[in-house]
Amino acid sequence: MLIRYPDPIAPSEITPREVYLNRRQFMGAGAAMTLALLGPTASAALPARTSPYSTAEEKNTLKEISSYNNFYEFGTAKSDPAEQAHTLKTRPWSVLVDGEAGKPRRFSIEELLKLAPLEERIYRLRCVEGWSMVIPWVGFPLAALLKQVDPTSRAKYVAFETLADPAQVPGVRERVLDWPYREGLRIDEAMHPLTILAVGLYGDILPKQNGAPIRLVVPWKYGFKSSKSIVRIRLQETQPPTSWSMANPREYGFYSNVNPTVDHPRWSQASERRIGELFRRKTLMFNGYADQVAGLYKGMDLKRFY
Amino acid sequence: MLPRWVKPLLFLLCLLPLVRVCVLVVQGVPVNPVEFITHASGTWALVGLCLTLAVTPLRWLSGYGALVRLRRMLGLFAFFYASLHVLTWLWLDQFFDLAAMWRDVLKRPFITLGFAAFVLLLPLAITSTDGWIRRLKRNWARLHWLVYPASILAVLHYLWLVKRDLTQPLIYAAVLALLLGARLLRGWWLRR
Repeated sequence: MLIRYPDPIAPSEITPREVYLNRRQFMGAGAAMTLALLGPTASAALPARTSPYSTAEEKNTLKEISSYNNFYEFGTAKSDPAEQAHTLKTRPWSVLVDGEAGKPRRFSIEELLKLAPLEERIYRLRCVEGWSMVIPWVGFPLAALLKQVDPTSRAKYVAFETLADPAQVPGVRERVLDWPYREGLRIDEAMHPLTILAVGLYGDILPKQNGAPIRLVVPWKYGFKSSKSIVRIRLQETQPPTSWSMANPREYGFYSNVNPTVDHPRWSQASERRIGELFRRKTLMFNGYADQVAGLYKGMDLKRFY
Repeated sequence: MLPRWVKPLLFLLCLLPLVRVCVLVVQGVPVNPVEFITHASGTWALVGLCLTLAVTPLRWLSGYGALVRLRRMLGLFAFFYASLHVLTWLWLDQFFDLAAMWRDVLKRPFITLGFAAFVLLLPLAITSTDGWIRRLKRNWARLHWLVYPASILAVLHYLWLVKRDLTQPLIYAAVLALLLGARLLRGWWLRR
């Protein structure tokens, strides 16, 4: 019997271990070089390292993630943001970080992109409306930015503000919500390693409809807590008012942690439809991040602090 | 008399929303097809109800009495889309979990209202045949008065489920108010 062995591999073909282990940086460097050659018009690929916080679940497609959005600044239909967001200008862009900080200042988007090593974080996203996705964000921990401004001991909360320029986000002309869109976190939630500022998606810069150029991602909370197109971050001593709870305090609380046992007053939160699946699946406590974040809420009545 | 081609044409027109939903879903256009089917069927059930209720005022305005011959088909299409709407919820949303569904009906006002609207429409669809019209005589009209509360419940169902932007349901509320208001106004005018 003839048994064919594969040809022995020439030692020169074997990739050195250090290059292999750093293949993403290597590819990133290659991409960066190509980019430099192609000039600024080329799509800006974002080299990012992998993260142990990523889920191995099947990811939603870029089309799903970028054409089914809630971004009321561009209209209230899910298809509005993808159709309307072209009016958003993401350069130049800066984020003012101030309030209870020793070194408050404004950060340009270029600075933010280089502030910390970029990581790919494949997170589940659970919308308060009862659907979910798995999204490969690219970003860095919010904590890395906050540490730069030296929060004082009075910094108990962090408030986020989204762009509200009617020329760029025409939806703010309709008083659907009290603009600008405001959100907030407790400082320990903000400093948690799962909380990131995302600048990319699927290894590329964020599509405008997903909150370009920089947005918050807090994977254990309902999606509306993750502010998009952020222009201001403020450290403060008091709990900041947030857009959805101002609009309807009975339905949307400050915490808004994903919790299958606390229903929305009008619908159940016990299950969700993962986009791409036909039938509903059970919703997990803290969106499946209970091991990492349950400790933040020890002793708290989550029915009261919904 | 209506020209012969009117009814078949209306039938085909009433099928268009279904064709559109099927084509888009098969092409994979809606990212959340279950939600898309639910919203589309609900919307067309409401449109169908409004069209059905528009027949009588249109007869008054135009003096063209034969329009009434189209009312049954419009009403049955409204019921058809309402059934599709309910079936999507039953099957794709709840997977026939009767206990969970009953809890939802009791606990969630917008489902209670929608479900009640459907229950009211059910006997109307069943008694829409010539045989039932003959058998029920005067009671047929009394029974079919239920279309009014059913439509009001359907619009309230829509108003109650919207997260924030009430524009769309308010448009239906306005149209329905107009259609029901026309009846009240005419009744008052005739009794004067």
